[in-house]
Amino acid sequence: MNSFFERKYIIQGIFIAVAVIIAARLFYLQLIDESYLLSANNNVLRKMVIYPARGVILDRNSKVLVQNEPVYDLLVTPREVKDIDTALLCELVGIDKDGFNRRMAAARSYSPYKASQFEKQIPATAYAKLQEHLYKFRGFYVQNRTVRSYPDSIAAQFLGYIQEVNDRDIERSKGFYRPGDYIGASGVESAYEELLRGQRGVKNVMVDAFNRPQGVFADGKYDTLAVAGDGLVSSLDKDLQILAEKLMRNKIGSVVAIEPATGEILTFVSSPSYDPNMMVGRERGNNYMKLLNDPYKPMFIRPIQAQYPPGSVFKVVSALTAQQAGLIDQHTIFNCPGGYRYGGGRAIMRCTHVDGPIPLITAIQRSCNTYFGYTYARMIDHRGMPTGEAYTLWRDAVMKFGIGHPLGIDLPGEKSGLLPTADFYTKRYGNAKWGSSYNISLSIGQGEMGITPLQMANIMAIVANRGFYYRPHLIKGIGEKKIVKPEFAEKISAGVDEKYYEPVIEGLSRAVNVPGGTGYSVRIADIEMCGKTGTAQNPHGADHAVFFAFAPRENPKIAIAVVVENAGYGGTWAGPIASMLVEQYLKDTITLPKFIQDRIYNADLLPKPKTEKPKETVRTAPREAHTQPGSSDEHVEFIHHSVAALNRYE
Amino acid sequence: MSNQSRHRFFGGDVDWFTVLLWFSLCIIGWFNIHAAVFDPEYPSLFNLNTNYGKQSIYIFSAMVLAVTILIVDAKFYSSISPILYAITLLLLIAVLLIGRNVGGNQAWIPIGSFRLQPSEFAKLATCLLLARYLSAQSTKSPNLKSLLLGAIIVLLPVILVLLQPDTGSALAFFALVFVFYREGYISGAWMLFGALCILLFVLALAFNPWMVVLSLAVICGLGIYYFRKKTKIIINLVVLFVLSAVYVFSVEFAYENVLQSHQRNRIDVILGKIDDPRGEGYNLNQSMIAIGSGQFWGKGYLQGTQTKYNFVPEQSTDFIFCTIGEEWGFVGCMVVIGIYLTLLLRIVNIAERQRTAFARIYAYGVACILFFHFAINIGMTIGIVPIIGIPLPFISYGGSSLWSFTILLFIMIKFDSNRKGIV
Repeated sequence: MNSFFERKYIIQGIFIAVAVIIAARLFYLQLIDESYLLSANNNVLRKMVIYPARGVILDRNSKVLVQNEPVYDLLVTPREVKDIDTALLCELVGIDKDGFNRRMAAARSYSPYKASQFEKQIPATAYAKLQEHLYKFRGFYVQNRTVRSYPDSIAAQFLGYIQEVNDRDIERSKGFYRPGDYIGASGVESAYEELLRGQRGVKNVMVDAFNRPQGVFADGKYDTLAVAGDGLVSSLDKDLQILAEKLMRNKIGSVVAIEPATGEILTFVSSPSYDPNMMVGRERGNNYMKLLNDPYKPMFIRPIQAQYPPGSVFKVVSALTAQQAGLIDQHTIFNCPGGYRYGGGRAIMRCTHVDGPIPLITAIQRSCNTYFGYTYARMIDHRGMPTGEAYTLWRDAVMKFGIGHPLGIDLPGEKSGLLPTADFYTKRYGNAKWGSSYNISLSIGQGEMGITPLQMANIMAIVANRGFYYRPHLIKGIGEKKIVKPEFAEKISAGVDEKYYEPVIEGLSRAVNVPGGTGYSVRIADIEMCGKTGTAQNPHGADHAVFFAFAPRENPKIAIAVVVENAGYGGTWAGPIASMLVEQYLKDTITLPKFIQDRIYNADLLPKPKTEKPKETVRTAPREAHTQPGSSDEHVEFIHHSVAALNRYE
Repeated sequence: MSNQSRHRFFGGDVDWFTVLLWFSLCIIGWFNIHAAVFDPEYPSLFNLNTNYGKQSIYIFSAMVLAVTILIVDAKFYSSISPILYAITLLLLIAVLLIGRNVGGNQAWIPIGSFRLQPSEFAKLATCLLLARYLSAQSTKSPNLKSLLLGAIIVLLPVILVLLQPDTGSALAFFALVFVFYREGYISGAWMLFGALCILLFVLALAFNPWMVVLSLAVICGLGIYYFRKKTKIIINLVVLFVLSAVYVFSVEFAYENVLQSHQRNRIDVILGKIDDPRGEGYNLNQSMIAIGSGQFWGKGYLQGTQTKYNFVPEQSTDFIFCTIGEEWGFVGCMVVIGIYLTLLLRIVNIAERQRTAFARIYAYGVACILFFHFAINIGMTIGIVPIIGIPLPFISYGGSSLWSFTILLFIMIKFDSNRKGIV
């Protein structure tokens, strides 16, 4: 003991103080601050995404339209790459030395320690060879995922395609998608994205400081399995679709066939089409640009986006709405001197023939412009009310047939078509004193009227059903239980009583089945097909051929509209195509003479590419036409033409 | 003290409680080294190729050493201390010439498959010689000459260790300042002054030196205003202020020009001047993540992901505390800190009950060395002191460190067991 004994307590006090400081710090680190636990988990846990298989799409007979095919992404962790045979790897992957260096540099700049994509979507055949040698390439891994595969290369515009999500998709999905994910970008893939995509699974893997996998975390307690996307059953008939696409080869146009009793779309052709397999795989980017730049616009979904003046098919609507309005009946006769004179007899809308007194059925059968000119005049001018009101009544009745508004098909991008309002004309003519003679072309479905091929086919479905339709749709069953969307099970009335349909149907039947009818050459033995040829005007070139029909007359099974652009008279091209499809669908055979079939198969009706840039056409189309985004100029032309020009039309 | 805790052993009373504390630290160390290098693919417990296998041998041989030390006559340690000191100095010089460079430090002399680290044994030799010298002076009142000579005994090995350069081990010697304090060579005022210097040092580095000087000026200004009638105090305050200002700027200067860049970086990381968890701050960041993620109960034995998957470097040696923190949590940390604190307080108590100044001074030396290692090693893993590569006594993996600390401790136990005899 000496005099400094009490300093012991100071020293012990210092020891205790330091221990308390350390304990306090540990208290903070371990019990207060949670971030270290998170960091530790971030360090060690890698959430590996397990991609679900996207839903498969079948046709109405359970044949595969889209399936999944395994492909392999080659990943690389640059830090682990050592002493590899670069030349061999390049050969197996199908790249050159430069490509190798470029990919390695990209991977290194992403992270030397983390795996990143070296080459994506290596097909199964190339993978088999690569796999044998993979053990030689330290630092390279393979991750498999699935891509879409289309066994018959059909129905591209209907099926649509998927693509890697962009920043906007990610933002919109509130983080559901991550970079590298795929999302439906058009067609059914897009419309049913949320059902098709399924649910991603997560596997928690532990890694060490060098990012090497070390095992499963917590025995997989927090892992989730991937749930495959719902399968879809399409209403499409694959065989019919294949035939239709074959018939439409080298032609621009559409084929839409609907089962009237359900609204299910049997055939959905937009021509020219493309092989949907082009939108998959390593060449996708190039193919996509090729398709975008194709002058025939294969990416344009014509059945729902192309809008044509309907022509003759509209006479059917006129006949029905006028009967329902009580302005004509089955026995109403108008005199046809070869044209409809109006504006005090100074102007004429010509007919193709001179029939004299003509009743309704014959007017339909022969597509008499005069008859429907009178009908339209009654609808607009002789209802004891201002023109505008009468026009609005007429317009409302017409809209019930699915004209001038989207039908609500389960595809994105459907156009509404065109049906101007009364205000449009009041504005155009500066006052409300206009009358039927100001837009008489509407009476025969020309002028400021545009409908899509889908709407055309739907009008036929309404007639086939004698007064109602179901919203045309492409997916008739979702998932295991084959659920039908409720909006597709809703019966929609066209607002015309059943009894008024008979004369119209009789007219349509005669047009096909009576010698001299416009469709007589494409009649089908043993089946009473009701239909008509039509021609859609085209101010830019040859007119568009149209044929629309339903069959059989009693208990109809199919309603169809065929549009072949720039093909001139409807009976020549559109008629045989429609006829063959109907016969094939109903009888599983085609009896049309072989030479007509061959003529169709071999025809090349594609307009020759213009060498100089086409001049900007002066359009007087209503404003609505301008506000429809994405419309192709070629297809949305509504020219207010001189009456004389109408003479050329049936 | 009850007689039950001590038994007759090798002619004296061995403080079994201290031995128990020592042994429990060794066992804790073994288990955590095992956890730190555990590889589930090779789960064998006594594989001599692994660190924990080797540590088993080190612990066993440390026990043999302990027994040997207790057998040897206590006088031997006192008499051998000058020779031991001389040998250590020679080894420290030798290591500079023939040593193996490991991790930038020329600190190891390879002997067969083992590597000897002379700086570990230098602490022991210094403690012994310092105790011997100061005890010889203890009849006189503390004087400057004894202080200076004592300081030289400490500083000689420090200089040699610094040449390796092993800053961490060198710093450990400065903990012996408490020995001088206890023996009366340094007054409390100087200790306080030293503490203030360190505080000012940290402040000067952490903040802009101009800001620090400005703050000091404000404080002095207030002091001058308060003592405005007392000229002498005012003069003192002004002198003090000038000196501190010079000090602050010289710290800045020394920091930029004397310290090596990696040392500067380590200090900057602690002071928060560098926020670089992937580069300079990687070790510290991963270490704090390991400990922080242990939470209250820890992740369980062999369940630590941070340590098992090599996120923390040097896990079985300098950063062994991470494994404890991660796998045993706050509870485990408190147990280890509790054992250390108990050991340190116990050693001080043992020191004070010695009859001879030699034994007392030596025991204080042991306490100082252990305290420094304990505080700095754990402090660095939890981010309150810069990273200094020194082991955690008895726990960290390594033969040299375990043996030297064991010898250090057991010589003290030997003195204590013999304290009733005549030295």
